[in-house]
Amino acid sequence: MQQRNSQTINVTRNATGQKTREILVLALLLVCSLVAVLTTIGIVASLAFEAFRFFQEVSLFDFLFGLEWSPQTALRSDQVGSSGSFGAIPLITGTLLISAIAMAIATPLGLLSAIYLAEYASDGARSVIKPLLELLAGIPTVVYGFFAALVIAPMLRNSGENVGLVISSESALAAGLTMGIMIVPLVSSLSDDVINAVPQSLRDASYALGSTQAETIKQVVLPAAIPGIAGSLLLAASRAIGETMIVVMAAGLAANLTANPFEAVTTVTVQIVTLLTGDQEFDSAKTLSAFALGLLLFIITLCMNVAALKIVDRYKE
Amino acid sequence: MNSIVMRENINTMIEHSDFAPENSIISAKNVDVFYGEKQALFNMNLDVVENSVTALIGPSGCGKSTLLRCFNRMNDVIPICHVEGSITLGGQDIHASNVDVVSLRQKVGMVFQKPNPFPKSIYDNIAYGPRIHGMTTSKAELDEVVEKSLKRAGLWDEVKDRLDKLGTGLSGGQQQRLCIARAIAVQPKVILMDEPCSALDPIATATVEELIDELRERFTIIIVTHSMQQAARVSMHTAFFHLGNLVEYGATSDIFTAPKDERTQNYITGRIG
Repeated sequence: MQQRNSQTINVTRNATGQKTREILVLALLLVCSLVAVLTTIGIVASLAFEAFRFFQEVSLFDFLFGLEWSPQTALRSDQVGSSGSFGAIPLITGTLLISAIAMAIATPLGLLSAIYLAEYASDGARSVIKPLLELLAGIPTVVYGFFAALVIAPMLRNSGENVGLVISSESALAAGLTMGIMIVPLVSSLSDDVINAVPQSLRDASYALGSTQAETIKQVVLPAAIPGIAGSLLLAASRAIGETMIVVMAAGLAANLTANPFEAVTTVTVQIVTLLTGDQEFDSAKTLSAFALGLLLFIITLCMNVAALKIVDRYKE
Repeated sequence: MNSIVMRENINTMIEHSDFAPENSIISAKNVDVFYGEKQALFNMNLDVVENSVTALIGPSGCGKSTLLRCFNRMNDVIPICHVEGSITLGGQDIHASNVDVVSLRQKVGMVFQKPNPFPKSIYDNIAYGPRIHGMTTSKAELDEVVEKSLKRAGLWDEVKDRLDKLGTGLSGGQQQRLCIARAIAVQPKVILMDEPCSALDPIATATVEELIDELRERFTIIIVTHSMQQAARVSMHTAFFHLGNLVEYGATSDIFTAPKDERTQNYITGRIG
């Protein structure tokens, strides 16, 4: 009886100490996660605030639907010939053109390699190929950038000359191709996981009905994995739209409104970089337009990420 | 064991325990199965009677499911699995080089432990097999196959108004009957069932057992079960396995009322397993 009493008291004391520690740890964890949340809120707020200042000088309609981008406003009042036009359409089409080329490369390459890895590859082949593919994801984008500018672009221009095509040395094609290779591991790795998550029992059912492996993959595995694959493609596309280094180095600065992949185009990200690098004053429409572009980009990729996560989540259920 | 309900017509069929029926459709001779280094089945000899229900019983890990998966070469899917000996279907060696595993599996269908309908419509679940084998030439013909298969599986009345709904949305028992209908749709000779009722409640189990009884007229059924009552209820012949060996094989009534081997006796009375 005596013993049990003293034990009870000890337990209570320990529990109090425990409680304090737990509260401290909890507070630490909360603060850490708050840092990330507050930073996000801060970034969004500054984007929104500066973009609002921009839209006091340039109308939202002109920004979203204007066909010409030439952000050369006067730095001094006596400077000439720089009225500036802030139509984002050429930037958006350039971004979409390069992203579309990238997705056209990454979707088949990534998906087919995922199918190979998940369904056909032996354990040996898989243990070599999968890390190599993921190594592709570890290459810094600036390396991809000068690879695109110094290897891919001249190669395209020369081979274009040989068949009588005019491909500019900074082309949407060079940037898109390189970006496509860059996001292959993103597509293949996520799709591989999704395909592996298709229950073996479904494959067994299909085999037991006398399907071949190809029929099973085409008619059972892929249909079951489609939502997850769509999610992985959306994530890859949103990565392509937000990608900067490759396009800065390979795509050019000319805001051409074109769908021709052989011409130079520019993207939202490239323009933000050029608007804000160097000495700038943050009171002109020119510099402020970067924030409007940033906000636009943020909204686009946010929507795509949310859609992708929604699709992937629904698939998991 | 008297309390177990027995089929009446089978007592007289076979009297000896080295059971070698004349009208066998599947015949396994000296079959050894290995998973990597580990041997799962030892020198198995078993003849399965056509148009009857044969139950494979025995404790977990005794090799009964392994043997079942030999009959439609589902073990091919497992890379480390290795089968020796001869298995014939209607006199033809199923491991012969000219045998197409696709046609073999069309002739020897399978129903799994856990209902595994495709995440497709009820209609497409049934139509899957006939479509890949090109068994029908028109939509009307396919409709007919779907209807007939669902009727034979006793599911038609429950699902005829929602054939376009997902097969995975049915109840467990309905899903399992859907899987049986799916197997029937490719017109197999033999249907292998791997503990088809272990994931079902007693009422759904009773429905599936009734179905097995009806299917016996058209198909040869081999069923692996952990329930000795179920083996006694649905099967004509029973094979008892222990540690990878076939211990005893014969008429179900003999196995359950007068087992010859002590291990069988111990198992059916609940002393081992």
